[in-house]
Amino acid sequence: MASADNSTMLKVEDLHKNFGNIEVLKGVSLTARKGDVVSMLGSSGSGKSTFLRCINLLEMPNSGTVTVNNEVINMTTDRVGEPKPADQKQVERIRSKLAMVFQSFNLWSHMTVLENIIEAPVHVLGLSKAEAIEKAEALMHKVGIYERQHYYPAHMSGGQQQRAAIARALAMDPDVMLFDEPTSALDPELVGEVLGVMRGLAEEGRTMIVVTHEMGFARDVSSDVIFLHQGRIEEQGPPSEVFTNPKSERFRQFLARTRD
Amino acid sequence: MEFIIEYFTLILGDGNWKFWLEGISLTLMFVSLSLLIGGVLSIPLAIARANRHPIFNPMVWSFTYFFRGTPLLVQTYLLYYGLPQFDFVKDSFMWPMLREATWCALIAFTLNTAAYTTEIFRGAIEAVPHGEIEAAKACGMSPFKRMRRIILPSALRISLPAYSNEVIFMLHGSVILGVLPIIDIFGAAKTINSRYYVSFEGFIPCAILYMILVFGITRIFRMLEKRYHAHLRPRTS
Repeated sequence: MASADNSTMLKVEDLHKNFGNIEVLKGVSLTARKGDVVSMLGSSGSGKSTFLRCINLLEMPNSGTVTVNNEVINMTTDRVGEPKPADQKQVERIRSKLAMVFQSFNLWSHMTVLENIIEAPVHVLGLSKAEAIEKAEALMHKVGIYERQHYYPAHMSGGQQQRAAIARALAMDPDVMLFDEPTSALDPELVGEVLGVMRGLAEEGRTMIVVTHEMGFARDVSSDVIFLHQGRIEEQGPPSEVFTNPKSERFRQFLARTRD
Repeated sequence: MEFIIEYFTLILGDGNWKFWLEGISLTLMFVSLSLLIGGVLSIPLAIARANRHPIFNPMVWSFTYFFRGTPLLVQTYLLYYGLPQFDFVKDSFMWPMLREATWCALIAFTLNTAAYTTEIFRGAIEAVPHGEIEAAKACGMSPFKRMRRIILPSALRISLPAYSNEVIFMLHGSVILGVLPIIDIFGAAKTINSRYYVSFEGFIPCAILYMILVFGITRIFRMLEKRYHAHLRPRTS
């Protein structure tokens, strides 16, 4: 991986995270340049989702630094010593550049697809409603839910909801997209349509961090693969290397268990 | 036939219809004013409760506990008969207001409905799916914006059915006006009864009028739910 330069979009250094006495991340680092697609693999409990959630501070890391587009997120501690952001406004600004796609979609259930997509562009980025709608229409075409734009989330399939959530994320023009197991809540036959959209995003040069169990996606699409085990990076490298010639015994076992 | 004409003469004749009109308008005015002010008050109170604010939450909890824990009639009497016991109330600039039954009733009604509505909204705020709030955080919304754009719109929708009950209870609670020197619907019935030394004749139209009002309230809430619960119903196309 390259050292920090102008093309580095995301840099995470030596991230530690405790839940109570349990240390779930024991110093995890990651660098993503513009256009990188980093797949994070690992069995459940390995800390990969927690790591992703520390990047946009949905979880507060106990130590380590997160740098987004060359801007370091400033952290401090509160009175009882728990980590918290030093500048809430900075966090909000950086979050608006780090779009997240969730395992359970998390669309706003009382809004239609279109309303979901224009909500943050209008109310966070300050776009006019007309601009936001124009952009949303293009994005809905792109992910193939244009015909469903006036549907409520509950009235769509999981695959459609997740594609709507991806459109909602794209509407923010994010620097980096964070995917937290985006296909894990989907029926097997719906996984393909979401992976297809994500593949398209990778091809157009989006910077993506993807926590996933989809080995095929990790192998074919990502530029880097990170295998986490018990809060540590166990294996890391381009997919061509790690999948054909894994150095770590645990990753070898993981691959054997998940071979499809 | 004769009996029916006699009955209608009793309840409407001799200018008695005016009591009913006055009663309806006073009942509606008291109920809607207290619901409006109480509803507006309850939103910040509910947010303080739901956010477990270290200072305000216990204060608001005590407030809702008192007003939900005592009957509305007792609350109204405490204000109406209790306040004049204090000289500082009598000396204050509020006294011209507070000595009026009208104001005491309005204040008691407002605080009472504010207490119930606070707890309805608190429950609804806590019922907003956590993932939706996280999604709002993740796209960079400030806490205020999350509340205004995501949590409250969702919570108000969730609370619609429970709130329609509160509106009906408030309407029924407003009969307390009739035991004060105020002519609401119940007061109109009592006035007509005492005018002719009869015991119950006035209560028949009284009951019917309340039923009609409740019918109107349920219709309004049916319309609101149709409009604001579209995302909860199975899709119809």
